[in-house]
Amino acid sequence: MVWAAIVVLGMFVIVSTQLSGGSPTGETSSGTAKVGGPFSLVSHTGERVDNQALAGRPYLVFFGFTYCPDICPTTLFELTDLMTELGPVADGFEVLFITVDPERDTQEALASYMTSFDSRILALRGTAAETDSALKAFSAYAKKVPLEAGEYTMDHTAGVFLMKSDGSFGGMMDMHEPRETRLEKLRRIARDQVTGS
Amino acid sequence: MLAAMLLSTSAFAHQFSQGDIKIGHPWSRVTPSAAPVAGAYLTVTNSGSQPDRLTGGSTPIADRIEVHQMTMDDGIARMRPLPDGVEIAAGASVELAPGGIHLMLIKPNQQLIEGSSFKATLEFARAGTVEIEFVVQRNPTVETGSGNEHGGHTP
Repeated sequence: MVWAAIVVLGMFVIVSTQLSGGSPTGETSSGTAKVGGPFSLVSHTGERVDNQALAGRPYLVFFGFTYCPDICPTTLFELTDLMTELGPVADGFEVLFITVDPERDTQEALASYMTSFDSRILALRGTAAETDSALKAFSAYAKKVPLEAGEYTMDHTAGVFLMKSDGSFGGMMDMHEPRETRLEKLRRIARDQVTGS
Repeated sequence: MLAAMLLSTSAFAHQFSQGDIKIGHPWSRVTPSAAPVAGAYLTVTNSGSQPDRLTGGSTPIADRIEVHQMTMDDGIARMRPLPDGVEIAAGASVELAPGGIHLMLIKPNQQLIEGSSFKATLEFARAGTVEIEFVVQRNPTVETGSGNEHGGHTP
């Protein structure tokens, strides 16, 4: 009886994953999550970046924080390598790194951090409310998790959102995908095309 | 089996031992400027008849070394400290690698530059302290089951 329930549950999970079709995560729903809502943040160079500033340009967005030793710097280093290889093609899209931890990731901290990456990549931060809005805009997830001695970590949506110039969702990119797959996705988004997955 | 072990020993130029514990290819990834943390990885082999635990460590280049675990579920990345460290069963090998269990250097006092190296002391519940040296790489060592790959590291 229990095994039957487990099988049914397993099938439900598979079915709902298929329905959501690889769309951004965190929300365990069976519908398509909305991606491409309004947000407004400030870059590590002091400029306000919002949907208006981005209008007419494809862009990449991913979420992270500087107290993350693995996936966040890796995504930034890998994007830097890919953008170097693409050269001027990478001028065809904006790249935005949104911190989910604006408390520790001050503008000064981000300005220093970002010197290690392609100068076309912008780190964005805002107030707690602006950060929440940005997460909602991509149906993305972040949660502050307290640790010992007043420390904390952030759980967050990984993966890179690829957005077309009209603000519609163009697909996701994962740094574990083969290099050629990622390069092709970037070429496609630079041409304002969806990437198909 | 013996031949394979001899082959793997000769390929492991970058390793350190203490008692029953052998540490293979400890490496750390390059860090961005002013990074408040750094990730470090290695393989631990326990050739003893009792389990051991890697509980953390220290290094002159950071405040402390902790054992953490990263998980990725449904597209969400999560990281948690493992205050009891990680167990290495008797006769087993455990690989600390990106995307899983790793060492976290807290508050490094310098940026980690590709090709540089730094000393550290690892702490084991049974074996005690092991002195090692990490090398800094831009790219991960190739992640294979054998743990014998040395992509990006030249001795």
